[in-house]
Amino acid sequence: MAKYLLLKHYRGAPTPPNDVPMERWTPEEVTAHVQYMEDFAARLRETGEYVDSQALSPEGMFVRYDGPGRPPVTDGPFLETKDLIAGWMVIDVESHQRALELAGELSAAPGAGGDPIHEWLEVRPFYGVSPDATE
Amino acid sequence: MDEDQLRRLIPQVIGVLVRRGADFAAAEDAVQDALVEALRVWAQDPPRDPAGWLITAAWRRFVDAVRSEEARRRREGRAGEEQAVDGAGAGDDTLQLYFLCAHPALSPASAVALTLRAVGGLTTRQIAAAYLVPEATMAQRISRAKRTLAGVRFDQPGDVTHVLRVLYLVFNEGYSGDVDLAAEAIRLARQLAAVVESEEADGLLALMLLHHARRPARTTADGALVPLRDQDRSLWDTEMIAHGVAILQAALAADRLGEFQAQAAIAALHADAQSVEETDWVQIVEWYDELVRLTDSPIARLNRAVALGEAADPWAGLEALGELDAALPRHAAAAAHLHERAGDRVSAARLYAEAAERAASLPERNHLMRQAARLNTALGRAPGSGGDVTGPH
Repeated sequence: MAKYLLLKHYRGAPTPPNDVPMERWTPEEVTAHVQYMEDFAARLRETGEYVDSQALSPEGMFVRYDGPGRPPVTDGPFLETKDLIAGWMVIDVESHQRALELAGELSAAPGAGGDPIHEWLEVRPFYGVSPDATE
Repeated sequence: MDEDQLRRLIPQVIGVLVRRGADFAAAEDAVQDALVEALRVWAQDPPRDPAGWLITAAWRRFVDAVRSEEARRRREGRAGEEQAVDGAGAGDDTLQLYFLCAHPALSPASAVALTLRAVGGLTTRQIAAAYLVPEATMAQRISRAKRTLAGVRFDQPGDVTHVLRVLYLVFNEGYSGDVDLAAEAIRLARQLAAVVESEEADGLLALMLLHHARRPARTTADGALVPLRDQDRSLWDTEMIAHGVAILQAALAADRLGEFQAQAAIAALHADAQSVEETDWVQIVEWYDELVRLTDSPIARLNRAVALGEAADPWAGLEALGELDAALPRHAAAAAHLHERAGDRVSAARLYAEAAERAASLPERNHLMRQAARLNTALGRAPGSGGDVTGPH
């Protein structure tokens, strides 16, 4: 088994086909979207492939060390063009193929009009095991 | 004897060890060890005097631990002198423990962890699980807290205000896994109110009971938030509400008002209403005035503005809100609600979306997003049709 990180982006990923801000969906579409993701996580818990998932608030800033005795430099809140992570899910799966398959499924979460949002997800293997290792 | 009853003995046992001359950290360790042994042995061989058994076992552990240390002779000497005070009220010891665990030298997070362990008798594993951190992290936090307290005398009087704040922090976490922290905080507040003369301790207990009684109605089965307006009030625990109100009334009768009593009074007025419309908003605003006077808290002012919007009209609420810093938590959500009530649905939709971005939790984010979506749908803003509302998903 190998662990993979599925990264969801607010911004920074290519624009998905069904790109409508969530506040302009209907309340039912919002609920359906949330439900889809919960069902997805629940299913992975049953198959033993779920490790962890967290959502991140959009509030964040870039911060950097600025030399001894000085307060850290901040580059201010994330700007429009910067990459912005919305959250992640960690899965532990048999193969790289399976990780891609699940990412594809998660990306099919419904959005405006009930159609899949085709959200781009970043899939990153954890170090420590060969990505194709199987047991 | 079940685990809960066992946990209740812990403050008393730690208290006895400290009175006999053990320092707090060592006493706490010894009692945890004795507890593990008790869980193992008692199933087969339950003791006649559980507290006595625990004291003996913990004292033995403590003596074993210090036997090799230089300080042994001195400690045992002191123990001999202080033997005489044993048997003094267990209540006093418990109160001292509350003060010690809420010592101002500790960070709030450390004070919470230490209180749950030393007064609440939870294991490090249970506390870690409740706060969703690894057990090793919580163990570090607790031992660092105990190091901070090394040298603090056990019999110094503490400030009950600190203790109440710590208990309210525990209550507000409220995770429900192996340990429901809200229920645990209520148990500890009840115990505290029994041993301390303080209307505010009663006020806090009442406040917790009044909030806790409404908990079943606050979320749907799948975890979505239900705002007060839409809650099924038949799900509220009326017995617990009556209990909270009785405690509050007794406290208020002493005429020494404090912030927890004022907050409890507000909670009681909500709990007393059959619907949002029937709520006595005028009185709620008056209690918020008291709360602002007592605490000068911007959050109290924000809540007062929302209540004023109900008691008078939404414009009055918006005016009061306008005097506050827009960066306050929930400022946008409150403004959205008031704008909608004032009939300005476009502003309300924009503000709900803004509030969603700044929400403190996912259920809150989803709730606010649905509010924005509801208004935008009603306004006929077709998906993707552009307009002034932009932003990330």
